[in-house]
Amino acid sequence: MLRIFAVAAAILVVNAGLSANARAEVTISISCSSLGIEQQLCKSSSDAWAKATGNKVKLVSTPADANERLALYQTMLAAQAKDIDVFQIDVIWPAILAPHLMDLTAMLSEQDRSDHFKVLVDNNTVDGKLVAVPWFMDAGLLYYRKDLLEKYGKEVPKTWTELTDTAKAIMEGEKQAGKSGLQGYVWQGRAYEGLTCNALEWIASYGGGSIVNADGEVTIDNPQAAQALDMAKNWIGTISPKGVLSYSEEESRGVFQSGNAVFMRNWPYAWALANADDSPVKGKVGVAVLPHGEGPDARNASALGGQNLAVSSYSAHPEEAADLVRYLTSAQEQKRRALEGSFNPTLRSLYSDTELLTANPFYEDFLPIVESAVPRPSTVTGRRYNQVSSAFVRTVHGTLSGQRTASAVLVDLNKELERLSRGGKW
Amino acid sequence: MIRKRLGRLAFYLLIAGIIFYAVFPFYWAIVSSLKTGTSLFQVEFWPSNPTVANYVALFEEQPFARNIINSLVVAVVATGISLFLSVTSAYALGRIRFRGRTSMLMIILSVSMFPQIAVLSGLFELIRAIGLYDTLSGLVLANLILTLPFVTWVLTTFMREMPRELEQAAIVDGANDWRILTRVFLPIMGPALSATGLLAFILAWNEFMFALTFTLSTEQRTVPVAIALISGATAYELPWGKVMAACVIVTVPLIVLVLVLQRYIISGLTAGAVKG
Amino acid sequence: MPAAQPHSAARNLVSAMPGSMSGRVGRTLEQQRTRVAWLFVAPMLAAVALVAAWPLARTIAFSFTDAYLSDLESWAAIGFANYIALFEDPLWWQAVWTTLLFTVTSVGLETLFGLAIALTLNAHMPGRGLLRAAVLIPWAIPTVISAKMWGWMLHDLYGVVNAALLKLGLIDAPWAWLAEPRLAFAAVVAVDVWKATPFMTLLILAALQVLPKEIYQAGKVDGVPPIRMFLRVTLPLIRPALLVAVIFRGLDAMRVFDVIYVLTGNNPATTTMSVYARQQLVDFQDVGYGSAAATSLFLIVAIATAIVITVGRVNVSATGERR
Repeated sequence: MLRIFAVAAAILVVNAGLSANARAEVTISISCSSLGIEQQLCKSSSDAWAKATGNKVKLVSTPADANERLALYQTMLAAQAKDIDVFQIDVIWPAILAPHLMDLTAMLSEQDRSDHFKVLVDNNTVDGKLVAVPWFMDAGLLYYRKDLLEKYGKEVPKTWTELTDTAKAIMEGEKQAGKSGLQGYVWQGRAYEGLTCNALEWIASYGGGSIVNADGEVTIDNPQAAQALDMAKNWIGTISPKGVLSYSEEESRGVFQSGNAVFMRNWPYAWALANADDSPVKGKVGVAVLPHGEGPDARNASALGGQNLAVSSYSAHPEEAADLVRYLTSAQEQKRRALEGSFNPTLRSLYSDTELLTANPFYEDFLPIVESAVPRPSTVTGRRYNQVSSAFVRTVHGTLSGQRTASAVLVDLNKELERLSRGGKW
Repeated sequence: MIRKRLGRLAFYLLIAGIIFYAVFPFYWAIVSSLKTGTSLFQVEFWPSNPTVANYVALFEEQPFARNIINSLVVAVVATGISLFLSVTSAYALGRIRFRGRTSMLMIILSVSMFPQIAVLSGLFELIRAIGLYDTLSGLVLANLILTLPFVTWVLTTFMREMPRELEQAAIVDGANDWRILTRVFLPIMGPALSATGLLAFILAWNEFMFALTFTLSTEQRTVPVAIALISGATAYELPWGKVMAACVIVTVPLIVLVLVLQRYIISGLTAGAVKG
Repeated sequence: MPAAQPHSAARNLVSAMPGSMSGRVGRTLEQQRTRVAWLFVAPMLAAVALVAAWPLARTIAFSFTDAYLSDLESWAAIGFANYIALFEDPLWWQAVWTTLLFTVTSVGLETLFGLAIALTLNAHMPGRGLLRAAVLIPWAIPTVISAKMWGWMLHDLYGVVNAALLKLGLIDAPWAWLAEPRLAFAAVVAVDVWKATPFMTLLILAALQVLPKEIYQAGKVDGVPPIRMFLRVTLPLIRPALLVAVIFRGLDAMRVFDVIYVLTGNNPATTTMSVYARQQLVDFQDVGYGSAAATSLFLIVAIATAIVITVGRVNVSATGERR
């Protein structure tokens, strides 16, 4: 027992010695992913900057799970910790973290700022301050099985109704051919942020708005939104498995990639994996913009995702940190990341870059998808966004799992959100 | 006689069922750790192309061995401190009558009643204030909040149940409390000490939220954090094979530990010790 | 804190001392032993106070304010407003009931399974060591990972559970384990039982190991049936240890977070008090309200524990003298 105690004491001493390291030059800490290509790119880019500027960069790996990452960031920032200078933050976090982040407006040249997609710059601007610079982006895509559509002589669906009919026809046909396990459409229906993205896409595509409009008014209680939710509710048990209500991205990819679904809604990351050498659907997959709804205001709508870089207000070296952000988000770096890791650039000009288009032909189709991207109402609802999203998810999940009708629950949701909004002030 | 046999058979079937329930997921983890790519999405009770690529990648891509050592250090030291502090207090709380003892036990227990997330920020501030942020010592300290109440309570219970005769004999011999504790009780508390120690060790070994929040550099990370940090090419992709490989690796030290502690768990109270 | 009153049989040590000591001598001895007791307890108390005092006090204090995570320094005291709002929130009460139901079912099952396995492992049989290690495995895997693993296994289309059940002909179509509210609850309980039964087993096993073997030998000679032996002799003897195990499992189950969050996200059918509190504290940044939820959770757990201690007649105060 005493020996254990002695070991403990020894460790305390050693640790104290280690943490008292003297720091001579400016070291910037940046939070990055911990493994794989994302980490390698982060490291090589940061090292290049460090070499060019004579500083040092330390990578801090943070969990890939968004909730864990947000909890960690918040704990650190609330304690005004200086340990991380540059944070990689999700598109829905700028308003949540804004009080702890530096204004980076001056870091972006006028030209760069106009080249970044406006929807992203607007998303990252909180109370007139640009709190984060866009780094890479995501948008919801429709994946489809080229071979199955061809076999049954179907077009890529333009509307949700077409998608439903096509899926039904193919499922029926395959069932008769003895393949009864085939699903029509898989998406993300678990009670989490991903469901907000999915449901927002349906509702926006019917012209039902994006929960809260740009002026902060709650707009969710409208017939188009109810129509969109009813449509999705009808999918469950017909073209989508019941289990879809517990799927996040990977669960739906698993179904689609093992050849068990005709259509899938997912982010661009699934493209490379579905076409990997060991994938049963390699070469049989196509990507398109998500279908639009019915009615006069119908449109294509993809939820906007992605990551930004932000600088902590508590950073001991704000200038160097901001310079690192400028470097990492520059056109040259974004192009390199797109080529080596398929991270989609946030700069419009890169989508017409010939070298990139050759490497990634899918970028040609991606531009219109980005143009139709719908941001979640995270900036207008400010620090209350997570409450909005959580109430929305609860309502949508409840409707889809079959307890109440869409029009009835939307009235309640509208009331709840209005109470949250404090009369549109948020 | 036949009824008895049947009853016994049913009992063993139940046990077999429970053991299958306990062990099968681990078997499944091993199977999954030997697979890569799309084959993970297929149900096979033995992989058609088993590969150790996941294990190799695990150690190549990050200081996983270092993480295991960190976890070992934190768990061993936290368990050691907990046992050391708890043995004496369990003796006092379980064998000596004094005022305030009941409330003391209750207060200690109440520390275990708050959700971990609620104490996270306060502990974070505390650990930074003491200057133990991003050190293993800080983690040891944080883990005490989980292990100390548990170890103290369990040991107190076991201590209280010890036969009175043992103590009386020692008192008559003029032994003081320290002597009674170390010479009379400790030697026969083997099963209790090893069982609580093992459970406390695993509590500290598996602790995730503190380890994630109170360390920052890769060199100080523990195993559960390292596993949570395993990510695929993008944030959405979950490299399942690697996660399962890590899961298998971290379970092995614990199995070894159980096998080593086996001796103490079994030996228990020898018949001779109670004859007093 | 309500608690069992001091056991009368253990009024004080003096009465149990050898007859030669009494009166004045006894009192000084008692004082001396009290001093020893405090000396023995002090280091542990100091350690608990060091790690727990500030975090707990801070949480309780924040529960009476409107503090927000983005700026923890500016807050105003708002009395019980957070608690009133919390008690008016139907979602909170739903979480409370879910938590209680979860705790009762999972801890109940864990106790039964734990007893069965411990009794088996306590018997002499070949390969017992390996079996013990095998049974402990679920407890040894970090919860975050084992929950994800179960999520994978319970996937409706490519999960091994449905595949096996289909193959055995027990179900004719895949079940959506984690999507349908009732199944999701059952699945979460099943995973928690899987995870925590080893904890019960190990503690019960330790209690069984310290039982005097003579009693059993006597029972065997008298031809007492094993079940009766178990109910009349074993169970009463291991009851204190069993109840401590139940209390600590209960504490964990009432604060359950990882298993639920990983398996079903924020699905209202499985939202527990901890999931609720975390959502407020972290996702919504509402430190004041979230602290009120955490403190209420604490109070509910305290009440539940007090009930278990009273009903289970856990002897919090008596010492070994009562034997």
